[in-house]
Amino acid sequence: MTFRIDKLGVVIAVLLAYGAFLAPFANFRANRIVPGEARGILEALPVGLGAALVGFTVIAIVVVVLKTPTVFRLLLGLAALLALAILVGLSAGHLTPPENTYARVSPASGFWLLSFAFALVAADALARLRLSPLARVALLAAVAAAAAGLLMSGAWDGLSILKEYGSRADSFWLEAGRHVVLALGSLVAATLVGLPLGVLCHRVEALRAGVLNVLNIIQTIPSIALFGLLIAPLGWIAVHVPGAAALGIRGIGTAPAFIALFLYSLLPVVANTVVGLAGVPREANDAARGIGMTDGQRLFRVELPLAFPVILTGIRIVLVQNIGLATIAALIGGGGFGVFVFQGIGQTAMDLVLLGAVPTVALAFAAAIVLDAATELSNRKSGRAA
Amino acid sequence: MKRLLPNLLRLAALLVLIAFLVQPALFEPLLKPLVQANAPAVYNQGSLLSLTLSHLATVFAATLAATIVAVGLAILVTRPIGAEFLPLSRSLVNIGQTFPPVAVLALAVPAVGFGEKPTLIALFLYGLLPIFENAMTGLSTLPPAITEAARGTGMTAWQRLTRVELPLALPVILAGIRLSVVISLATATIGSTVAAKTLGEVIIAGLQSNNLAFVLQGGLVVAVLAVLIYDTFSALERVLSRRAGRI
Repeated sequence: MTFRIDKLGVVIAVLLAYGAFLAPFANFRANRIVPGEARGILEALPVGLGAALVGFTVIAIVVVVLKTPTVFRLLLGLAALLALAILVGLSAGHLTPPENTYARVSPASGFWLLSFAFALVAADALARLRLSPLARVALLAAVAAAAAGLLMSGAWDGLSILKEYGSRADSFWLEAGRHVVLALGSLVAATLVGLPLGVLCHRVEALRAGVLNVLNIIQTIPSIALFGLLIAPLGWIAVHVPGAAALGIRGIGTAPAFIALFLYSLLPVVANTVVGLAGVPREANDAARGIGMTDGQRLFRVELPLAFPVILTGIRIVLVQNIGLATIAALIGGGGFGVFVFQGIGQTAMDLVLLGAVPTVALAFAAAIVLDAATELSNRKSGRAA
Repeated sequence: MKRLLPNLLRLAALLVLIAFLVQPALFEPLLKPLVQANAPAVYNQGSLLSLTLSHLATVFAATLAATIVAVGLAILVTRPIGAEFLPLSRSLVNIGQTFPPVAVLALAVPAVGFGEKPTLIALFLYGLLPIFENAMTGLSTLPPAITEAARGTGMTAWQRLTRVELPLALPVILAGIRLSVVISLATATIGSTVAAKTLGEVIIAGLQSNNLAFVLQGGLVVAVLAVLIYDTFSALERVLSRRAGRI
């Protein structure tokens, strides 16, 4: 049996070695805003466990450098990530002096590097395995369940980010709800308006360039400016249109954020509807006309189903973009996870920033995986190559 | 002739933009109706021109670095020696695009502190992805007949890359740079929340003092810059792809 070297594995091995031996595993701070003191793996973990992690990393380095079976690498990556997640929770308990509620322990660069390197191992294996869409969603669900399990079990309770959560659990869920309503609600509104608009642009050629240009220009306005610009007209409406204020329309808050996200969402939906409809093969349309379908029947039974995968790609772009942009709503009082990000920046409390940023990234990531899988499934259904 | 009117409009937009940046006071009567009686209508906490220039410099530096790294990586993964990295780099590009810019910006602060640096890092990371994706597409979808012909004439791998592959892929790479620049121009405004000197300062000052004129002028300057830069790149791409024979 000959040993062959995996080039990607060499890069990952370098990351692993640096993360395990040179970078600090955890940061200890006497309170939440002072600079931290770095702790290496052996200091940060109870005696046996630290040595076990170092040993495990050495074995992993050998495994990734040599060409090993893909499924084995995937399992190694996932197992290592789970182990790291549990160990970082334990290190919090190990480093925090008993009865001390001010001290904060957060994961440091070594932990993030090790996690990143093992995530690369898993991601590379996943890319090579070419899992089916449903299998990818199932894997996402399993990872989410594992993270939820760790959260509920209290294994991470000693970490600084969860201490920040602990002191604002109520507002966290309130802002989470607002974030989702902003991102999803504006997507639904944009789909309801953008789909008919896209169909109209497809049928009426004179309209197409004009509408797409206007939507393109809206996209170039920076988000914080667009949010700000909507404050004035909405404030005017709230004062002068009877009943508007009762509907929750106000100058600052959710209304301008919702409308700004809606405006940003229109371009991908309309543009992809136009592209999708233009890509419907002429033969399909001719056949539909030949069997005597009306224009409406042709649209709903032939054109839209065939264009659906492309439209879904547009919706994926919008949802991922909206989940990110909704963080900016916090600047104009619109709520969402951005509240924690900007409060954290203001107080230079990075754990608070993470409390806002981590759920945002997780949401966007999950949305991307689910919608990618849906696009691939619908592609198969309409008989086009993915 | 067909392009004359849009080009005149672009020229007019550019001239108005320059006039506004150099002599903002001239535009005061236009902005006055947007503010309360005694509030300033034109940004007065610094020079708009210097903010615009540092905004552009930040975007330019980040995009330049992103272009060098992204094109270099794309060349690597499309060579036989780097082929093993291809599946992973594809999925990394996909994953990277799900990271919201604000999150990248906020997460860069603990590593490098406040100011220009986190903004540069966020713009760099966010700019990498479109360029890398396009460079990879451009380099891996060249017509096989052309690369075969280049090999047949006895060109070395380096000559093939610099004289055939890169020139042919250039329009597609430029399209990626264009996307990246437009995204960066807008994202750089958010950099002002971590104390970077960009036009976001004007917008945020407007949000904080409830001054609509500030928000409008900050936003419009960025939007006009983005449209002009976008159009310049598009024109450049058309010229290059005509030259490369792909239209």
